[in-house]
Amino acid sequence: MMIALTRADRSRRVTSGVMTTLTALCTLFAVGILLLILSYIAWQGIGSVSLRFLLDSPRPVGEGGGIGNAIVGSVVLLLLSSAFGMPLGIAIGVFLSEFGAGRFASLVRFVVDTLTGIPSIVTGVFVYAIIVVPLKHFSALAGGVALAIILIPIVARTTEEMIKLVPQSLREGALALGAPQWRVTLGVVIPAAASGIATGAMLAVARVSGETAPLLFTAFGSRFFSYQLDQPIASLTVQIYNYAISPYDEWHAQAWAATLVLMTIILGINMTVRFFTRRKF
Amino acid sequence: MGNRSVTAEDDKLKFVGHLRRALSPTGNAGDAVFRGLVFFAALLILLIVGGMIFALASKSMLSMREFGFGFLTSREWNPVKGEFGALPFIYGTVVSSLIALLISVPLSLGIAIFLVEQAPRNLARPITFLVELLAAIPSVVYGLWGIFVLAPFLRVHVEPPLARWFGWLPLFQGSITGIGLLTGGIILAIMVTPIISAVVRDVLSAVPNSQREAALALGATKWETTRVVLVNGAPGIAGAVILGLGRALGETMAVTMVIGNRAQISASLFEPSYTIASAIANEFTEATQDLYLSSLVELGLILFFVTFVVNGVARVLVWNVTRKTGTV
Repeated sequence: MMIALTRADRSRRVTSGVMTTLTALCTLFAVGILLLILSYIAWQGIGSVSLRFLLDSPRPVGEGGGIGNAIVGSVVLLLLSSAFGMPLGIAIGVFLSEFGAGRFASLVRFVVDTLTGIPSIVTGVFVYAIIVVPLKHFSALAGGVALAIILIPIVARTTEEMIKLVPQSLREGALALGAPQWRVTLGVVIPAAASGIATGAMLAVARVSGETAPLLFTAFGSRFFSYQLDQPIASLTVQIYNYAISPYDEWHAQAWAATLVLMTIILGINMTVRFFTRRKF
Repeated sequence: MGNRSVTAEDDKLKFVGHLRRALSPTGNAGDAVFRGLVFFAALLILLIVGGMIFALASKSMLSMREFGFGFLTSREWNPVKGEFGALPFIYGTVVSSLIALLISVPLSLGIAIFLVEQAPRNLARPITFLVELLAAIPSVVYGLWGIFVLAPFLRVHVEPPLARWFGWLPLFQGSITGIGLLTGGIILAIMVTPIISAVVRDVLSAVPNSQREAALALGATKWETTRVVLVNGAPGIAGAVILGLGRALGETMAVTMVIGNRAQISASLFEPSYTIASAIANEFTEATQDLYLSSLVELGLILFFVTFVVNGVARVLVWNVTRKTGTV
């Protein structure tokens, strides 16, 4: 009887140990893949990155060329999408946190949440229908709007979460001093949540800067420097895509180099955010 | 006369007062404006989603009228002949997403259990950050890596042994190129793992500690305790998996770059295939005829509704778990 029990006990312990090891292996595998991808990008990309590559525009195969216009294009698109998306996203976040009770608010919250899950390519089709078709050509404006639609729900939800973290006592204090609600929200609550909102906004920009699918038939891409909002514009991601599926080794090398630049920006933002939010906990 | 003008003034004031009170219970003008602006922003997001449905539906009207429900069941996708059927894309989308879930669900569960139940806190924090970084890598970068690293690796080291040992299954027959359904599914698995594991982590963290303490007090081992926690979080875990499915269904660039983009239905996972999202990405700018474009938009509409429903279900499942236990 005793022996049977200990044997069962031992097998239970062995199972527990095996499962713990397995879960650790799963984690190790995922982290391994991440490091594999990142180091491969660095290894492949570093050889082709130079100042000329960062400043030049694309040239035919065999003549070098660079991604200067794509970097400018990506910046233009990000500025455009932030200009449209940030105020709207923050306003919706404020709505959800300050007026978040009731059916209308629940509906808005649900729609914002599901909008995050709508494939970005569908957003691209939508913007094509409402902006590209009426204007009759691809444009930076259309690309900016497409990215803004992806940006809005992310900013809205992080803003809501951040504002909810502001202690109720702060609101009550301001209201007790006789401030109307709009001044409480704009002058007390939002400043108190500002760093959190900024963090969310930065992460949203990092996420949007990697988007390719919604730009394919909105901003389209361009081989020249362009600052005009009603004309097609280049972007890092579309350039990477076009070079990756091209048959030329030289362009493949440039795709890796452009990826290294893109990943440096995205990881830079993520690390910065991580660094600033770590102090709070 | 004077009297009358005063009453008119009064009425006006009364009306403004009513309006203010309707917009803001405090009756403050600034409050009313502020409230109005924020409500307008919220309304705008509803209008955007509504506009999305309307625009997709109206642009796909031509294809709907031409093919009806046959669009969903026809295998023929031939732009030259003007025949458009969505079945190959639906097949490719569903199968690649299923492969992705088959790999990523156990993997994500393992990661989440390790990070919440097993790892010491000062180890869990940096590792959580690293796993989340997988989600920060853009789709197009996964695609690039897929073309030049994953596909050749599968062609040389994975697909030949699969064909040798399991070649009697139709799944693992056919020519080995490294580009096809299997590669698409695997790249999707890597992409949805950080998403599923993040949600499962939240769900597991929301399970009250009393459950763990009760199990441990009864003499349960670490793994047996974890099983109790898993049972508690089951609906939330289901939600996480469905959320991952939603992401996999709509993922575009990486899949487009490794799946081969051929509109065919083949039992073999080695064969090239096509997904709804990659068909839109690949052919949208080439579609010169109205019917062709309309068919592609209809594909987009299908994708919209499927992901909308899938995400809605997932949210409800996850909310129920994290909220219920959050308030206890």
